[in-house]
Amino acid sequence: MMTLTRTFLRVIGRGAATTATPARPQSRARVLESAPIDIAPNDPILAYFHAGSGAVAIDELQLDSPAVNALRAAGVKLVVPLISQGELIGLLNLGRRLSDQEYSADDRRLLEKLAAQASPAVRVAQLVREQEAEVRARERINQELRVAQLIQQQFLPKTLPDLPGWQVAAFYRAAAEVGGDFYDFIDLPDGRMGLVVGDVSGHGVPAALVMATTRSVLRTEAPRLVAPGAVLARVNDFLDADIPANMFVTCLYAVLDPKTGTLRYANAGHDLPFVRHGTVVEELRATGMPLGAMPGMVYVEKEATIGPGDVLLLHSDGLAEAHDQRRAMFGFGRMRTLMGGLGIGQDLIDGLLDALTGFTGPAWEQEDDITLVTLARSAGVAGEHVLLEFRESSAPGNERKIMQRVADVVSDVGLQPKQLERLKTAVSEAAMNAIEHGNHGDPDLPVHVRVAVTDGELVVRIVDNGGGKEIPEAETPDLEAKLAGLQKPRGWGLFLIKNMVDELRTHTTETHHIVELIMRLDEKGADR
Amino acid sequence: MTTETSAVRYVGGTAVVDLPPQIDATAEHALNGAYAAAAEHGSKTVLLNFSGVDFLSSTGIALVVGILARARKDGRAITASGLNDHYREIFEITRLADFMKIYADESMALKGEGAG
Repeated sequence: MMTLTRTFLRVIGRGAATTATPARPQSRARVLESAPIDIAPNDPILAYFHAGSGAVAIDELQLDSPAVNALRAAGVKLVVPLISQGELIGLLNLGRRLSDQEYSADDRRLLEKLAAQASPAVRVAQLVREQEAEVRARERINQELRVAQLIQQQFLPKTLPDLPGWQVAAFYRAAAEVGGDFYDFIDLPDGRMGLVVGDVSGHGVPAALVMATTRSVLRTEAPRLVAPGAVLARVNDFLDADIPANMFVTCLYAVLDPKTGTLRYANAGHDLPFVRHGTVVEELRATGMPLGAMPGMVYVEKEATIGPGDVLLLHSDGLAEAHDQRRAMFGFGRMRTLMGGLGIGQDLIDGLLDALTGFTGPAWEQEDDITLVTLARSAGVAGEHVLLEFRESSAPGNERKIMQRVADVVSDVGLQPKQLERLKTAVSEAAMNAIEHGNHGDPDLPVHVRVAVTDGELVVRIVDNGGGKEIPEAETPDLEAKLAGLQKPRGWGLFLIKNMVDELRTHTTETHHIVELIMRLDEKGADR
Repeated sequence: MTTETSAVRYVGGTAVVDLPPQIDATAEHALNGAYAAAAEHGSKTVLLNFSGVDFLSSTGIALVVGILARARKDGRAITASGLNDHYREIFEITRLADFMKIYADESMALKGEGAG
């Protein structure tokens, strides 16, 4: 009676370790317990097995083979290769017979027949096991990506800063593998604002964790140190001590004084920001080593001025380094050219993303995270002082929020209480029109609001995305007809607005409605 | 969107409707429901009590116009009280004040003529 030993071999094949399923040892059998034996891909024994010569008597082999030595040491006497479709998938290893006799020719034939019949079944079992392992691996990867996305979203700003006289917009879209991009706005002393855009090398959870750490250190150090070069140097030293090997962070850090437009910045190996003056776009150049690459780095500070009407764009490489189907790159030059002809704020972002879609085609799978942060300084007019500029989503009821924010900011511009109440009604009505008629209640479309004081006038500008169709003239509703049921009861909004303010200006472009509510700040306005 | 409710009290032949703080689209159910309840009760006059109102929009004005139109058809009077100066101005600009008596407060409204 032959003995199937519990010994089995790891066979290197198909780039992965595979094992033949061991037979359950019989209770009376002498069982050889030994560790699995690895056979190196260049071991000469493999040639024997592949040759298809059937059962191999180990003791008769004259081979300089580590595997043969290991098999002998394990007590294996006979090895029957399991071959499936020409590929060695495992071995049946047999120890000494119970009778201590040699294996006969009949035994060998029987074993070879058994091996031939067992091989396909073993192969099927191996494939099932491999597939199960693949499914588990995929699930693990998906789970990791979900965690990475969660971390990433957790640490990106939930709201945009309100900077009077500036329009701020930001966009972030993760690639399928989550690339470690981040951006941030940090409140600094004296009304200054820290602007951050960065990119962690690598993907997934490790990149997301490094991103979270970088952001935390930046948030801690920025208000304390302020100077962009010093902040990056500090973050670099901190990261260098802890960052995993071969990982680093590129980061552009800038400090904006919104009152003057002065921008001081330093760069740790990140893509250069663009600034648009009129239609001319230039790069803000500054160089420095990525964060976490080596300790003791110095980051040179540069200064630029974002003048009235100028636009700043911070970005990561996900857009510029996107490829089309022929592997051509979108390119920084294309971004720069496009920026010269696009609008500001969300319009600029939408324009760049539309161009990207046109370039890559609809079936494109995003290669890397895309981050865009833009700040546009109001062109302004002589003597104008912008009190507040913000945007609100077009959700029902947000007209009250807009009304309250405007009311809060105009509290000390010199409006009489009566004027303030009128303005509040006018603002809420204009905002409601923008939400319901201009943006059709689409929460993704913002209502832009800008409050400014010019020479003796308070101007509240409300802009929606309902361009192309003129805002009608404000007519006096026919109350008798409404009460008689000949007209619908609605239709009071524009009439109310016109009667609440000193002047109502409307303007329609192809893409936007612009409504300006003007209150005079002299006695004439108050007495009206 | 939340839906406000308003309470209806009956004083003599008058149904007093205590309006919710926000008279806009969210008050439609409350206002129409209150009018329907007053009508079912057989009240000759419906007094809209604005003393608790802190926001009135054009949609809210349309709701008042709608109720006024129904009341006129039903032969029922609509009056108002508790409007602040700003909303009273709006009732005048919209000429709603021409079609409904406006009283300074509820007690004056209930006393009837002379206090508007």
